[in-house]
Amino acid sequence: MGLDSMQGDSFVTTKLSALVGWARQYSLWPFPFATACCGIEYMSVLSSDFDLARFGAERPSFSPRQADLLIVLGTLTYKMAPVLWKVYHSMSEPKWVMSVGACASSGGMFRSYSVLQGIDRIIPVDIYIPGCPPRPEAILDALIKLQQRVKKESIKDPRYRGRADALDEIFSGYESGNLVQK
Amino acid sequence: MRELSPDHNIKLKENLAGRFPNAGFKVEENRGIVVIEASRSSLIELMKHLKEDAGCSFNVLMDLTAVDYLDKRKSEERFEVVYMLFSSTSLHRVRIKVKAGDGDDVPSLVSIWKGANWPEREVFDFFGIKFSGHPLMERLIMPDEFRGYPLRKDFPLEGQGEDYLIESILIPDKTKI
Repeated sequence: MGLDSMQGDSFVTTKLSALVGWARQYSLWPFPFATACCGIEYMSVLSSDFDLARFGAERPSFSPRQADLLIVLGTLTYKMAPVLWKVYHSMSEPKWVMSVGACASSGGMFRSYSVLQGIDRIIPVDIYIPGCPPRPEAILDALIKLQQRVKKESIKDPRYRGRADALDEIFSGYESGNLVQK
Repeated sequence: MRELSPDHNIKLKENLAGRFPNAGFKVEENRGIVVIEASRSSLIELMKHLKEDAGCSFNVLMDLTAVDYLDKRKSEERFEVVYMLFSSTSLHRVRIKVKAGDGDDVPSLVSIWKGANWPEREVFDFFGIKFSGHPLMERLIMPDEFRGYPLRKDFPLEGQGEDYLIESILIPDKTKI
């Protein structure tokens, strides 16, 4: 390559997408949306025995504005669904969603009047983890698999995969300063 | 440690018979606990007596809930509101039951125990039994726009399809389970 031979080891030439993908892969900031026992399991993933920080997901973000990865841990009721939806749409692009455990993925054992049968009915999900609750190893495995995927994504890929009309609704809500739960 | 006095239940029954000679309460004993079946109209008076009378002093409302006896008791009213009282001085307990039909109002106990506020709202939320005199008779746990009363025995076990609660945020092609 031209630049490499002229400048020696001072330069590396690459594609912009590959560089950005590499950076995104190792700097996923997770937002733990914990509503049930999977959240307890996630605490163990964060702490020293399993240590999510080894994979670059060092900082759990408790503000959706500064998070890339929404980790949904636990049962989602109909009453809580608009909250999760609002959190997802408050995150800035690029963003990914991990659905941890049977409840978040499908409603789990709660086939009842109050439980949403899977969070993918309201937001797009990138990776599902089976288990009730899953072992910490399963969550780490999912994170690594997601990293492989993030690495391959191009910066030109269309990111938004939800309901565009619903997105307009929330933005009109922000403009009027009226954030009443629907 | 304080001991329960063995003749307390007998004394309680005598006390009630002396105070309410014509009320016609059905009083029985179940596993060492006196169970009083009261009518809706006499409930407030009975509860005040049980709380304030020196011979009773049941000062704690331990629990307040309801049971739906749909089709189990055809001749009688459908619901039964159950009150569990506890005396922190004598350590005895007593249970009061009140029958209520669909649409009947039960008198609220908030004027006697403030702690009855949320349990009564919970009973309204899940059974649809209204409490008259309650300061805020609204749903406690389920969303305000929820249709029906989910702990009634004729409510479908898996729900009646609650997607209307979140219709504006559902992803269209995922609406069918």
